[in-house]
Amino acid sequence: MISVKNLTKCFGDMVAVDGLSFDIRPGEVVGFLGPNGAGKSTTMKMLTGFLAPSEGEIRIADRAMQDGSRVIRQHIGYLPEGAPAYGDMTTYQFLRFIAQVRGLKGRDSERRIEEVVAQVELAEVLNKPIENLSKGFKRRVGLAQAILHDPDILILDEPTDGLDPNQKHQVRRLIQNLAKDKIVIVSTHILEEVTAVCNRVMIIAEGKLLFDNTPEALLQKSRYYRAVTLHMSYSADISGLAEIDGVDDMEVDQKTGRVTLFPHDNTEILHLVTEHIQLRKLPVDTLFVEQGRLDEVFREITQRETAK
Amino acid sequence: MSMVSVVFRRELASFFATPVAYVFVTIFLVMSGVFAFFIGNLYERGQADLLPFFNFHPWLYLFLVPAIAMRSWSEERKSGTIELLMTLPISTFEALLGKFLAAWSVLGLSLILTFPMWLTVNYLGDPDNGIIIAAYLGSWLMAGAFLAIGMCMSALTKNQVIAFILAVVVCFLFVVSGSGIVLDAFKGWAPSLVIDTIASFSFLTHFESLAKGVIALNDVGYFLILMGTWLYASLLIIEQKKAD
Ligand SMILES: Nc1ncnc2c1ncn2[C@@H]1O[C@H](COP(=O)(O)OP(=O)(O)OP(=O)(O)O)[C@@H](O)[C@H]1O
Ligand SMILES: [Mg+2]
Repeated sequence: MISVKNLTKCFGDMVAVDGLSFDIRPGEVVGFLGPNGAGKSTTMKMLTGFLAPSEGEIRIADRAMQDGSRVIRQHIGYLPEGAPAYGDMTTYQFLRFIAQVRGLKGRDSERRIEEVVAQVELAEVLNKPIENLSKGFKRRVGLAQAILHDPDILILDEPTDGLDPNQKHQVRRLIQNLAKDKIVIVSTHILEEVTAVCNRVMIIAEGKLLFDNTPEALLQKSRYYRAVTLHMSYSADISGLAEIDGVDDMEVDQKTGRVTLFPHDNTEILHLVTEHIQLRKLPVDTLFVEQGRLDEVFREITQRETAK
Repeated sequence: MSMVSVVFRRELASFFATPVAYVFVTIFLVMSGVFAFFIGNLYERGQADLLPFFNFHPWLYLFLVPAIAMRSWSEERKSGTIELLMTLPISTFEALLGKFLAAWSVLGLSLILTFPMWLTVNYLGDPDNGIIIAAYLGSWLMAGAFLAIGMCMSALTKNQVIAFILAVVVCFLFVVSGSGIVLDAFKGWAPSLVIDTIASFSFLTHFESLAKGVIALNDVGYFLILMGTWLYASLLIIEQKKAD
């Protein structure tokens, strides 16, 4: 369990993190979202004990960070931003070093390294110096290092940055497959990643926590949540669509000719729309329910803050 | 303690994985030989001891030790690995000690590899080997003091070149503070207490008797205290600046 109260970090007179408070319980997979320079990495650095907060308190596993930092660090696996690693070591030597630091010995150590190497598919670069690896492989080495001791708390700063689509998928699966009683915190700029792997979203901008809820709740903030989009094979009278009970608004995309109907109060309108279409015999060739557009919600939340 | 040895082994491996250790040892061997034979006239003196060899050590260390110390923290900070290191269950002190001992071992290895010099004087004459061993120990101690200064300068900056230059300057001050030129500049107007204090800070003054094989408590203590002080300063600096 992570408990953060009024966490603040100043660099000179610049406030990078501004009074964050939150609790994270085992089983929660938290996605940190926010524009560049929002304070995500700075928050993670404080959670891992690398940076001392200017103000506020962090408690992890019932210990205050400043007293129990060494014990706390044993519970945490951390992938710092940019996945730093000792370039002169080979992947295997590096993982061996981490295993020793983590107190893994002999057979145990070998077994864990084998498992992790399989999990993030490092076998082909095992004996290459890390400085010669491609960006994606470096990131994977960083990831392997973070999960090597099977930590209760996993803090990953942009784990999928620079990975190919297959590897992104792999990493998301890996996070989903972690035991259900762990805490995972990931920061990312890929919004879909959050709905794919997280069960809680925090949006930070200019150091402040602006949103803290489930990905579903984030989607619901979108105008497009449960909106119905349709396309017709030839032009027909669509004015009736906007009149349907429960439809608040209608928009026509000039370029694609798609018509989007926005529901009143996030209610289901699909059945009403299909009824109408059948009644009027409209020549609809495409019809789907929107999931909600995250980029739009993200923009709205974070720009409202920066505009102030 | 076990963490110190884990860091120690990693650092040592890194010295030999990059050519740093090989280059260092080679240059040390060549230079110490050149100095001893051509400038110190080890051979022509006709005396069976290694005094000319040891007398050049402060000047050799002045440039070579900062070169081996400069990367210790600068590189960690530049590449960001310090963030990894400091979030592993290793204390700053353990990391510091591990790094120091690894570099100090490379310096020790360089000294040991000068053994042909020792064989030569033993072949040519009949030196007092106790004195020579004491001088070797003294030289290694002094190298440790140079190293502690170099590592502290490396903790100050991300830039290895700046770390090197700073270390050379600070080491230079410690070396020359006991030399005739500096002391002469103070003679005549400064009280003798000041002059004695300046001289007592000098590597040269303290190494002089060690090189002659006299292991006095105050000389050994001087180098040990110097090491401790500079390492402690590094510890404070790293804690302070690690995230900058
Ligand atoms: N060591 C430092 N000294 C001064 N300012 C810093 C330092 N570290 C971070 N900052 C500032 O703090 C702010 C927050 O930075 P942080 O790295 O936490 O952002 P972020 O949310 O991780 O951004 P990104 O998405 O680009 O990774 C930035 O304005 C940054 O310039
Ligand atoms: Mg960041």
